[in-house]
Amino acid sequence: MERILEVKDLAIDFATYAGTVHAIRHVDFHLDKGETLAIVGESGSGKSVTMRTVMGLLANNARVVSGSVKLAGEDILHKSEKALNQMRGNEVAMIFQDPMTSLDPTMPIGKQVAEPLLLHTKATRAHAMKEAARVLALVGIPDAQARLKDYPHQFSGGQRQRIVIAIAIINHPKLLIADEPTTALDVTVQAQIVHLLKDIQAKLDTAIIFITHDLGVVAGIADRVAVMYAGKIIEYGTVDEIFYNPMHPYTWGLLEAMPTLSATRKRLFAIPGTPPDLLTPPQGDAFAPRNPYAMKIDQEQEPPFFAVSKTHAAATWLLHPDAPAVDPPAEIKRRKQIWAQKEGNHDYR
Amino acid sequence: MITDKTPLVQVRHLVQTFNAGKKDEVRALQDVSFDIYKGETLGLVGESGSGKTTTGRALIRLYQPTSGEVLFAGQDIAKLKNGSAQMLAFRRQTQMIFQDPYASLNPRMKVKDIIAEGLDIHHLVHSPQERDARVAELLAEVGLNEDHASRYPHEFSGGQRQRIGIARALAVEPQFIIADEPISALDVSIQAQVVNLLKDIQDKKGLTYLFIAHDLSMVKYISDRIAVMHNGRLVELASAAEVYHHPLHPYTKSLLSAIPEPDPDSERQRVPIAYDARQAEGGQRQLVEVLPAHYVYATAAEVAAYRQSN
Repeated sequence: MERILEVKDLAIDFATYAGTVHAIRHVDFHLDKGETLAIVGESGSGKSVTMRTVMGLLANNARVVSGSVKLAGEDILHKSEKALNQMRGNEVAMIFQDPMTSLDPTMPIGKQVAEPLLLHTKATRAHAMKEAARVLALVGIPDAQARLKDYPHQFSGGQRQRIVIAIAIINHPKLLIADEPTTALDVTVQAQIVHLLKDIQAKLDTAIIFITHDLGVVAGIADRVAVMYAGKIIEYGTVDEIFYNPMHPYTWGLLEAMPTLSATRKRLFAIPGTPPDLLTPPQGDAFAPRNPYAMKIDQEQEPPFFAVSKTHAAATWLLHPDAPAVDPPAEIKRRKQIWAQKEGNHDYR
Repeated sequence: MITDKTPLVQVRHLVQTFNAGKKDEVRALQDVSFDIYKGETLGLVGESGSGKTTTGRALIRLYQPTSGEVLFAGQDIAKLKNGSAQMLAFRRQTQMIFQDPYASLNPRMKVKDIIAEGLDIHHLVHSPQERDARVAELLAEVGLNEDHASRYPHEFSGGQRQRIGIARALAVEPQFIIADEPISALDVSIQAQVVNLLKDIQDKKGLTYLFIAHDLSMVKYISDRIAVMHNGRLVELASAAEVYHHPLHPYTKSLLSAIPEPDPDSERQRVPIAYDARQAEGGQRQLVEVLPAHYVYATAAEVAAYRQSN
């Protein structure tokens, strides 16, 4: 497996008028070729800041406290702006949430799609436009050749997101970062865009990082999942491990709070309280105040990662050998039963 | 929770056309009819541009209908005169909760003034002490506390702001609340808090809700009945369970097939159903009661087929 991205011990602070915000607090993860990693978390959990770091797009008041980010073996944290420009849109590309604001309303779409080619390769104008038409057809814009001269407002929301994806993939990036690419779209269009991303991945073998707070979309697209809370990854594993054998109470809460069509409960589960203020991160486990399973040690000491399998780990004291056995919520038990059947063993916590 | 079947809101053949007769004419609503019963929650779902927000706005008379009528407690709201006592009373009965908690609260006003604006307009309080007490009561009702009253909106998170929006709506003691995508700007764990809050308030006060959303899975939790809109028309209307377990119109089926579930196994087998409006809209179609209390937009032949398949 070729390693595309390796993030180690990343910590980022922001200097604000109110004080220093510890937005990212020591995050590790990696990504291999052709793989899809979903990063799940609430607003303010640090998922977007992490990805902006990978793109070299941090704001001026950000400070990298520690860690390294290696894209295809090269450290990007110490690259010059010129080198970063060479990398962006070429080796790594990003798809943003809102297709209305990520396209230039005054520029025909053909020109916008061809732009990365003209910037990063020696392609001629004519060739770049031809290539733009080809990629637009690939992402499902009907009659692409004829529409090169059309402007963004002449397309629907879903089509605009397809155009944004075309811009991102025209240079065959090794890594594609999609930051909530379907949140602004209708459900039916969302399903089409997810399908398109999977299709592109199969054709180009691109690694994809998918940032979202919607666990439904994650279940359909991810190979692996990392759950973030208050600037940290608190659990990671394969998509099956996270959905059928979750270990962290926050992951439990997220899964419980998801409405499902099949469920018949009359009341939705809600995680009580709100995320902590990262100006003064709490001592101990940041989730402890909202966690019904919190123990005394959660208030005092931050939990380390406890390995569940080679691919699965969670930062919760519940996994410590000395921790008392807890009774997970009914919805989580239901999921763990599916896991037990999958594993063919009934020895689960 | 339907306590009785008295309609509070009756929409009759409502047509809303913008820029009528011009080149950019938009037929936002085409012959929409439905009732909202006292004490129930009607969920209104559809994609962007389907007319669901226009419907919500028509119900609080932000528009003058092109044709058709909207009756609130038996009274035609198009006939209310601006500034009249009846209009003022109607405005008090009907309140709205908006989608974007960042844009719907005036950033220069303190929370207590935002919440008490309706109290002032309708002369519901008679002294500053009474006003403060009422605001504190409303804040407690939505899970905030008295200390929050003298702060400004920017000091709150999205979920808290939405609670302030709810407190503002409740201030004038309305009967009917239109919630236009009240949770789509919030995080999943906060969405659940707000939906539960809306439900609790409804149980306590016997309110009637029109809950507008594009997220069907959330709508199912809060709604007694669900209306599905597409291209300015109501294509299906039935109880929440009926719509989910026994959808009839092809658009409803397509919409249901596209909702992602937090379950990798079922996601791997997902087959979205494509929808072709040309096959299921226009022509001789009408909204027909195909089964008891289950309405579908269909031709006579389709109605027969739907009935047969049962």
